[in-house]
Amino acid sequence: MTITDETIDYVGILAKLELSGEEKEQAKKDMSNMLEYVGKLDELDTDNVEAMSHAFPVRNVFREDNVTNGDDRENLLKNAPEQKDGCYKVPKTFD
Amino acid sequence: MDLMRLTAVELGKKIKASEVSVMEATKACLDRIHALESEYNCFVTVDEEGALKQAEEIQKRIDAGELTGPLAGVPVAIKDNMCIEGMLTTCSSKILSNFVPTYTATAVQCLRDAGAVIIGKTNMDEFAMGSTTETSYYGITKNPWDTNRVPGGSSGGSAAAVAAEEVPYALGSDTGGSIRQPAGFCGVTGIKPTYGRVSRYGLIAYGSSLDQIGPLAKDVTDCATILDAICKHDDKDSTSYKDAADDFTSALVDDVKGMKIGIPRDYFAEGIDEDVKNSVLQAAKVLEARGAIVEEFDLGMVEYAIPAYYIIASAEASSNLERFDGVKYGYRTDKFTDLHNMYKKTRSEGFGPEVKRRIMLGSFVLSSGYYDAYYVKALKTKALIKKAFDDAFAKYDVILGPVAPTTALKVGESLSDPIKMYLGDIYTVSVNLAGLPGISLPCGYDKDGMPIGLQLLGQTFDEKSIIRAAYAYECTREYKRPAQLEERGL
Repeated sequence: MTITDETIDYVGILAKLELSGEEKEQAKKDMSNMLEYVGKLDELDTDNVEAMSHAFPVRNVFREDNVTNGDDRENLLKNAPEQKDGCYKVPKTFD
Repeated sequence: MDLMRLTAVELGKKIKASEVSVMEATKACLDRIHALESEYNCFVTVDEEGALKQAEEIQKRIDAGELTGPLAGVPVAIKDNMCIEGMLTTCSSKILSNFVPTYTATAVQCLRDAGAVIIGKTNMDEFAMGSTTETSYYGITKNPWDTNRVPGGSSGGSAAAVAAEEVPYALGSDTGGSIRQPAGFCGVTGIKPTYGRVSRYGLIAYGSSLDQIGPLAKDVTDCATILDAICKHDDKDSTSYKDAADDFTSALVDDVKGMKIGIPRDYFAEGIDEDVKNSVLQAAKVLEARGAIVEEFDLGMVEYAIPAYYIIASAEASSNLERFDGVKYGYRTDKFTDLHNMYKKTRSEGFGPEVKRRIMLGSFVLSSGYYDAYYVKALKTKALIKKAFDDAFAKYDVILGPVAPTTALKVGESLSDPIKMYLGDIYTVSVNLAGLPGISLPCGYDKDGMPIGLQLLGQTFDEKSIIRAAYAYECTREYKRPAQLEERGL
């Protein structure tokens, strides 16, 4: 399958990646090769096969809604690139 | 006596018998690290100060009779994708170059509870994506058997550190072979436990349905002993198995009489190195001579495992790595115009090429219009792979084969052609898709003297069969160190 510039731009939006011109060309090539390769799965008849997300049965795990972790705000904020008044600081999102 | 030649369990016994102090053991590791790290680069972080402090505290607790287990006082290295409170945790990525976790992964905490001295964090492929440890932002790790070659990956730093005797044992993680393949390439032993055996809490996620933490060490006894310490149910991981804990060391029995071992014919079809093939088949003969019933069979589905794996792993990675956006932790770009521009620039500058390649592929296969054709198709293929293994384990206790089609490749040989690199994962990825346990241990050397890995697979939650078979095989052999260590007078 041929990957167009439009597809790469669209996937870039989904992936939140900004690729340079060179990177885009490489990505087009890589993705096209990879999709051709994984297309091998089309050889398999999977019409009556159920998609398996986990290799063995796992059920939802429930617990009482009790808070067990303490207030760790100060420590967590130490990793923030920018913080203000005990909150994460991000660029302006609307005017 | 050279402490670094000992296995973890041997060292633990000497510490328990007060023949060696925890401080002596810790300093022996640090000395070896100082001697070799400039060349091998197994570590991203060596916490010298912290290790010495832990050594003092742990010695006190041993002396007070509080710590009595086999790993008490024994130093360990942790792959740099497991969070440790207060210790830099980078995932070998630029985007986490300044991340200091506020909590500790459960598996690491289990080792702390067992009295381990944490020496530092080992190098890996960035976000565990790669089979060579060459995609690390912090430089490549060299194979202690031949520094022109890669140690394998993604747990290459952990495997090389054990082979170079910088630490007695290490933790790694395995999403598509990342413990077993580097263990094979570096001539050490590694186990990927059944999915759900070891808590993933605090393990930075790559492919959540595939990731599993496990040990790398010099022998099977060490690996079983480490599993005893790290396998337990954890409420903090909802995929943790309720009966995760087990007595794995009880399977260290030198007896395979009557054990049924199957060799998949399709593992030896094409593309496998002749030396690898011969060594692995020779190992099967050894087990047969010890009383195992060995036969060849057709496993099936082998050629579909890599395509299914790369779709599923990339899809999960694209989702898991959305969290790295420059807001709460990690790297943030210097210049940006608005929020979305900040996200994009941060991620584009923070991730390396292999990580971007997988995020792009994963985003594509999950996108509307392609989801069914690729992602759902891969999940259906996974069901067929699991069924092929279930059919095999109805007949056999253990499946025996190679870890990888070749021994360790030369540095720089793999990265130019991603698909070629992915093909090296042919014998390992299906195990993660099916959730099975697998062990990798040395079974010979190729014409260049590079180690060859033997892989034994068991049915889900049947680690004991593969431990028993591996132990019985290992009892027929001597552990071999990399010749480089002798040459360096170590």
